[in-house]
Amino acid sequence: MPDSVSTDMSTDPPPETPAGALLTVEDLRVSFPGKGWRAPRAEVLRGVSLDVRPGETLGLVGESGSGKTTIGRAILGLVPVHSGTITFAGERVDRVTARRRRELSRDIQVVFQDPYTSLNPSLTVGDTLSEPLLGQGYGAREARARVARLLERVELPADAAHRLPREFSGGQRQRVAIARALAIDPRLIVCDEPVSALDLTTQKTVLDLLLEIQEQTGVSYLFVSHDLSVIRFMSHRVAVIRHGEIVEMGEAAEVTAGPRHPYTRALLLSAPVADVAGQRERREAFEREFRAREAGTGEAVI
Amino acid sequence: MLSFIARRTAAGAALLFVISFLSYMLLSIPDMDVGRQLLGQGASQDLVDARNAALGLDRPVLAQYLDWLAHAVRGDFGTSWFSGEDVTRAIANRLPVTVSLMVGVTLVTAVLSFLLGVWAGVRRGAIDRFVQVFAVVGYALPGFLVTLVIVLVFAVHLRWFPAIGYVGLTESFGGWLSTVTLPIAALSVGSVAGVSQQVRGSVIDVMRQDYVRTLRARGLPPWRIVFRHVLRNASAPALAVLGMQFVGMLGGAVLVEQIFGLPGIGSMTVNYTTRGDIPVIMALVMFSVVGVIMINLVVDILIGWLNPKARIA
Amino acid sequence: MSEGAPIAPAVPAAPRTGTVRRLLRHPLGLASAAVLAAIVLAVLFAPALSPADPGVSSLRDAFGGPSAGHPLGFDSAGRDILTRLLYGGRNTLGGAVIALSVALALGVPGGLLAGYYGGWFDSAASWIVNLVMALPAMVVLLASRAILGPTVWVLMVVLGFLVTPAFFRLVRGIVASVRNELYVDAAKVSGLRDPRIVVRHVLIVVRAPIIIQVALVSGIAIGLQAGLEFLGIGSGDTPTWGAMLNEAFKNIQRAPSLMLWPGLALGLTSGALVLLAAALRDALEDRGTAPASRRRSRRAASATPAIPAGSAVSAVSPGTGGTPQVTNGTPADAGERAGLLSVRDLAVSYVLPGGGTREVVHGVDLDVRAGEIVGLVGESGSGKTQTAFSILGILPEGGRVSRGSVTVGGEEIVGMPERRHRALRGSVVAYVPQEPMSNLDPAFTVGSQLVEPMRHKLRISRAEAVRRALDLLSQVEIADPRRTFDSYPHEISGGMAQRVLIAGAMSCDPELLVADEPTTALDVMVQAEVLGLLRRLQRERGLGVLLVTHNLGVVADLCDRVAVMRQGRIVETGTAEQVLHAPRDPYTRKLLGAVLDDAPARRPWQPSNAEVV
Repeated sequence: MPDSVSTDMSTDPPPETPAGALLTVEDLRVSFPGKGWRAPRAEVLRGVSLDVRPGETLGLVGESGSGKTTIGRAILGLVPVHSGTITFAGERVDRVTARRRRELSRDIQVVFQDPYTSLNPSLTVGDTLSEPLLGQGYGAREARARVARLLERVELPADAAHRLPREFSGGQRQRVAIARALAIDPRLIVCDEPVSALDLTTQKTVLDLLLEIQEQTGVSYLFVSHDLSVIRFMSHRVAVIRHGEIVEMGEAAEVTAGPRHPYTRALLLSAPVADVAGQRERREAFEREFRAREAGTGEAVI
Repeated sequence: MLSFIARRTAAGAALLFVISFLSYMLLSIPDMDVGRQLLGQGASQDLVDARNAALGLDRPVLAQYLDWLAHAVRGDFGTSWFSGEDVTRAIANRLPVTVSLMVGVTLVTAVLSFLLGVWAGVRRGAIDRFVQVFAVVGYALPGFLVTLVIVLVFAVHLRWFPAIGYVGLTESFGGWLSTVTLPIAALSVGSVAGVSQQVRGSVIDVMRQDYVRTLRARGLPPWRIVFRHVLRNASAPALAVLGMQFVGMLGGAVLVEQIFGLPGIGSMTVNYTTRGDIPVIMALVMFSVVGVIMINLVVDILIGWLNPKARIA
Repeated sequence: MSEGAPIAPAVPAAPRTGTVRRLLRHPLGLASAAVLAAIVLAVLFAPALSPADPGVSSLRDAFGGPSAGHPLGFDSAGRDILTRLLYGGRNTLGGAVIALSVALALGVPGGLLAGYYGGWFDSAASWIVNLVMALPAMVVLLASRAILGPTVWVLMVVLGFLVTPAFFRLVRGIVASVRNELYVDAAKVSGLRDPRIVVRHVLIVVRAPIIIQVALVSGIAIGLQAGLEFLGIGSGDTPTWGAMLNEAFKNIQRAPSLMLWPGLALGLTSGALVLLAAALRDALEDRGTAPASRRRSRRAASATPAIPAGSAVSAVSPGTGGTPQVTNGTPADAGERAGLLSVRDLAVSYVLPGGGTREVVHGVDLDVRAGEIVGLVGESGSGKTQTAFSILGILPEGGRVSRGSVTVGGEEIVGMPERRHRALRGSVVAYVPQEPMSNLDPAFTVGSQLVEPMRHKLRISRAEAVRRALDLLSQVEIADPRRTFDSYPHEISGGMAQRVLIAGAMSCDPELLVADEPTTALDVMVQAEVLGLLRRLQRERGLGVLLVTHNLGVVADLCDRVAVMRQGRIVETGTAEQVLHAPRDPYTRKLLGAVLDDAPARRPWQPSNAEVV
């Protein structure tokens, strides 16, 4: 990757303060209209604050309906922000004009969960990849050359540009989606469950690719997933979200080894591991700590 | 449920009001000198003016409309300009003919298309291809062309049924049946084609659903799965199409009644509307729109009954 | 699909042939296109082709048969039929073109705006469209004639308004669904302007359905217009097909053959239009331009094998899959068959759409003993779900067991009559599916779906079945069984629905449970509870369980033994302990190597990370 990522390194801030952060989200609230006439609005995010520093991965873990995906979509401008602020590289971006939002696409990009629906089935891979380039005013020839470099970057053959998405496997499609996100050297990529639709072995290769890209380009990731082991593998820091609120945030090792919040602990213990004896211990620990309390109430934890 | 019906009825009334207003205004645009048309070129201008005044045509259009509306809500659609008939009574006399036609077509369509559609969707193979071809042909040919062919074959050539005329249901059942069989058959071709195709499609869709596989895995016999689960889930979209066919059927009835010389609403439409008889046109438009609104309401209630998920909306 | 090498081999056949070419290869498409072209040309060159002037009539020739220079004969007024047919076509088709232009000009942009932006415009436009749809077209057209006079062209504009909803609703519906596609979101994030997104992503999807709709609506417009003229409300003397039919109908007793030519012209045109639409639909079907309303998750993909698409095959990398590694995978107990479930050399084949078959499971051996939980592990496309469906006898259409033997409770079920096999389902072998919500019939309450199989299989009274169902619901740890019993599927959560499905599987006291990814669709905490529930029920009832899963953690949690499946073959079987801790097969090792459970947490972020740039 060419070294065109301009990271904000003029001031070298202490790591813990958001002052040096690339992205800062403060007290973010998002709600959607309720179903039915005069129904109250459904609050999806109830005051979320987080920050991502240059070159850092912030993992965001939660169960379905926790609002983790909505955070990413709010940052991308795909859902309206009700209140709170989103600051990117010192600029408020929660309420910007459509024009400014288009310009921001140079800096903030996305990799969606489902590589089957995130690529238009009737556009060739080349057309899909040149989309962000055309949006930024690249010429056709320039765009073509850049597409070839991008394909190389994500280890896809050069002739992939002329083929349709359906000719690729899930993992290959996700590589295309990553290439699209990288097309204009963004400083932040929102990764929304990028591997949850992939097989185990494919998942690993895609994650390795994402790590490698980060090391080379210094791009920041907001990495959203329901899988704590994926989050731990990918993230410098981890935020645990539940019912639209962050319940715990800290260094990956701390949160995943010694969680402070009971919800994080339940999340951790309930995910089965591929180790017969280890899983028995975890299961017993989980039942001791939580099942006794939750018995009979169904999904009260959620 | 009741609140749903109440809400829909209110929306229907609003729609009716808007349509009546727009229709009245549009119909009043051309300055037809009705009095002159009625009395002929020889009549004196005074007589013509008096006649127009008697019909209330000398007043502003809005006043005419409000007057019409005040009477219409009480079921009084006035008298025809040209024949002097009481419009409400004229329609009431002709309604049974058209309604019996509609009911007949709806029954034939419902029975035949569910039979054909389910059969084709479950069995596939030859019967499926037959239904497909029939659907294309029935859909492709304009209804009145089909009617003409039917008349030509069954009335003119084979002479099985009369080509023209109508016998009331109360007079003689046999006579009634022999006069409505061909019209009903003619109107049914298109709607059976459309609805059976929809039934077939939704049956095939439902048969592929996960829950059908699970029901099979529970060891339920296929006929039970088809008639209890598949049919119920496939009916909702088919009913929606049936409701839409009904609107088209009103137009079809105009032609079919004209061809078979049936004294129904349809033939009345042709005879009166082309002359610009506003009281009659307004009444006919109102009747057909009410019919459409009612059918849509019934369809929605049935769909809600079939599909509990739709009940919330 | 495993991604051994990141690069797919070159695609054998070019899959992107033009739509037009494919349409012309379609026999019906070619025929109907040819008929339409011939009609349009004939009508365009009417003055050159006509033997006479359309207005000329000679009463001497009335009802005259075909003669030299007048191949179709004369009508009741002694006018040349061929001439009137050709000129009539001009008016009839021209009218349809006017109506279509109006409808397209209003309906397509309206539908695009309403579908893409929604909001007040959508509400207003949809309301107007509903209003227009409530109007009976024939009555409106007749009334319009009273207002606007008998000019056919003006009436065709009105007709255009009346058929506008056909385009508006079509376009609006498709656009509204495309608007929510992730690729449209991706285009927005890529910084594209709305008009550009509409052109690139939306129009391309709507284009084909619009063309199909044009063909269908022209048929309708021609029919309606001919109907109007048939009623005799056209502009007097102008020849049209409808007016010709009217004239023929008036003389139906004297000369029924007059109906032949205009009827044929009208029927052929409308028929060709509908057939062309059908052929277009066929030609466009596999182009992938259809709105992707189907959710294509991995879960869905595993339920129906993705084999038929020729191009999809190329996505499977053949690099490592050339030689099946069955050697060390052969189960130790291959000779001795388990009493509860025993599968030997099972092969499953699918009939391909183009003829021929394709084997997706190639000779699987598997045993489940009473009281034992056996995991069947593999990635998507490995054939694990196909194996499970074969055991239950619920393979989808086109699939069948092509080889091998499956015994359940000692009875051979391959080749068993369907009726007897059905008797085993539910009462001997039961099924727990993977997607809880889609596996309950949305039209029936949870309770009635539990009661129905019990009444049928166990021949018990309604009251007894209800009692048992409530009991089952409390056994699957549902807090308020009565309320769940009375609920419809959409009123309960996914975890609850999975419990209901487990209760349904248990309802007829089976001995063997086939669970296909029973926790994949659930959140981890609910998954833990459902796994606990399965373990408890299995212990209490001494069930044998075949657990199909891709999750090695679930295997470790629940299974006694495991079979690892890859590309339709079992590569390794053994105890859970042995397979997870001392895998012998390289593929199992690769699978375990990709598990991130033991991967260390990432080291804390250092500012220098970013300085590497």
